Amino acid sequence: MTLRDVINKLLGRQPASANTAKERLQLVLAHDRSDLNPELLQQMRREILEVVSRYVEIDLEEGDVTLETEDRVTALVANLPIRRAKLPPPAPEATPALEANASS
Amino acid sequence: MAAASTRYILICSGKGGVGKTTLTANLGIALAKQGARTAVLDADFGLRNLDLLLGLENRIVYTAQEVLSESCRLEQALVKHKQEPNLALLPAGNPRMLEWLQPDDMQKIAAMLGEHFDYVLIDAPAGIEGGFKNAMAAAREAIVVTTPEVSAVRDADRVIGLLNSEGVKPIQLVLNRVRPKMMANQEMLAVTDVTDILALPLLGLVLEDEQVIVSTNRGEPLTLNGNGSPAARAYTNVARRLQGEEVPLIDPSKERQGLRATIGRLMQTKLF
Repeated sequence: MTLRDVINKLLGRQPASANTAKERLQLVLAHDRSDLNPELLQQMRREILEVVSRYVEIDLEEGDVTLETEDRVTALVANLPIRRAKLPPPAPEATPALEANASS
Repeated sequence: MAAASTRYILICSGKGGVGKTTLTANLGIALAKQGARTAVLDADFGLRNLDLLLGLENRIVYTAQEVLSESCRLEQALVKHKQEPNLALLPAGNPRMLEWLQPDDMQKIAAMLGEHFDYVLIDAPAGIEGGFKNAMAAAREAIVVTTPEVSAVRDADRVIGLLNSEGVKPIQLVLNRVRPKMMANQEMLAVTDVTDILALPLLGLVLEDEQVIVSTNRGEPLTLNGNGSPAARAYTNVARRLQGEEVPLIDPSKERQGLRATIGRLMQTKLF
């Protein structure tokens, strides 16, 4: 945050637009570069959360699966805060299914 | 045989209106003035304008179309610039050429030009469709032109993706129409924002300059008559850097002086 941002905030003015432009661009380029449309990303996010929550209890409110891009490399970043490990181990049939997904 | 040392440079942007043709014209003149034999090839067959910016629109007899169909020799189609005889334009043909033109055709033209010139600058059309791909086929390296605006940067990114997949390199960036005052107020993407996002080395930084419009009105590129204006200096420096000379980039925040500029810089200090 810069001095200008602080002054703008104190005066209740809109923050300078350059930062907004940069953030919007980074987001849209991450999608452009990966050729994933938001719908597909949403579906992937749901499925990832589903798999992970079989093993651990995650904070769905805080959890986030996004695309980030740096130096023209796009990465899928999942930030999933774990509340606690689930005590009963996952059902045995879940494991082969997961492996099948990973190798396909 | 094309000379091995000839550089085939594509000038492209994705988005229209960011200054591709202006850069091609000015860079062509600047390179010619520095003694390099330079050909500028208008690859924008649909909407050609390079002839107009160079002031050569009335001297076109033949175009790339006649050269390709072998109804004239290359030398007959080339329009030599009167004041800068090191520079020649190969005009774009009829827009109907788009129906049959193939990447091979562009490679053929570029190779012919390579026999006579040190630099072949290819002015690409806007967009990323057939016309652009034809132009890209003729190039070995590229200059991507963009302005510090979200739409231009996004489109430039698409073009860079295509250039990468075709193995065109090096790819360098010219940031055009920079407004130092807006940048100082953080109401325009910073130079480093754009270079970080596109991950390209910066070949040139051109300030917004009203003289560009005056020069296009006259058909006399700014680099033709000395380096009187900021944009003319910037274009000349792009040419010098292309030739391998080390020329420092301008710092937009230093372009403004006085108390307001100092306060502007102070306001940009990162607090946390």
